Amino acid sequence: MDKLTALLSGLLFGAGVTLSGMVNPMKVQNFMDIFGRWDPTLLFVMAAALAITYAGYQVVLKAPRPRFALAFIIPSLQGIDERLIGGAVVFGLGWGLTGFCPGPAIASLVFGYWPSVIFVIAMAVGMMLARHLFLGTDETQSDG
Amino acid sequence: MDQIDGHSLATAFTPLAGLTGGILIGLSAVLLMGGLGRVAGITGIFGTLLGRWKPDNAWRALFILGLLAGTILTSLLGGFDSDSMKFPGNPLTTVVGGVLVGLGTVLGGGCTSGHGICGIARLSVRSIVSTAVFMFFAVATVYMLRHVIGA
Repeated sequence: MDKLTALLSGLLFGAGVTLSGMVNPMKVQNFMDIFGRWDPTLLFVMAAALAITYAGYQVVLKAPRPRFALAFIIPSLQGIDERLIGGAVVFGLGWGLTGFCPGPAIASLVFGYWPSVIFVIAMAVGMMLARHLFLGTDETQSDG
Repeated sequence: MDQIDGHSLATAFTPLAGLTGGILIGLSAVLLMGGLGRVAGITGIFGTLLGRWKPDNAWRALFILGLLAGTILTSLLGGFDSDSMKFPGNPLTTVVGGVLVGLGTVLGGGCTSGHGICGIARLSVRSIVSTAVFMFFAVATVYMLRHVIGA
């Protein structure tokens, strides 16, 4: 059941970013173009996703443990540091430049357009570089 | 499919599709937390898969598989027309942007899903700050691209 849950969760995520149009990087970049061709759709995606996640977390986190695992793995990092801010600045630059963030970029691979492919390869290189340079292999050093 | 340099192309404002898609993304996050006790953050899931193989990587691989399947299924059912896709910039900006997104998300511990949705839903101060910062810099970057450099 744990395997099926992971698959189904991914399926819902993929359906969500696709149906909302967020797999189209121009639509995302247009959201950021507040002073130009503004397309506010992303705001509605985030608001709905946040409302459901907030309400749903209230319910499921009341259980002593997850249905198909031993414990909830909740990020334990606290405090604002240079890494958090620096990372967000660098991510924001790349997101603005391309209109791609990791989830929709990976999802968009299925359509076979070459900008998706080269973006995801470059992103994977950046991720491995950051893990190598700054993190080692410690997965707990992450919020998501 | 086109890759456009400099000037932008308008996309239609689709609030209903946006809300519906957002609900599905929220359900995905709740299911993963309630079922496996995990945060649905793509940076953590995909980034960890890129490292040394871990015994609990099976769920991460299945999540990514589901993500791809969900995208195919939705477009087959008519929920998205991939012919409408447009890719801003050129091959160089795509490579540079990809490296920046990879570096930034791993360094900052998350992206739009892990910080922007799951983290803010936990009322994490780190996630609220991160999301405000990356949103601001994304908007500033597009402003520079379209209204300063490309003006």
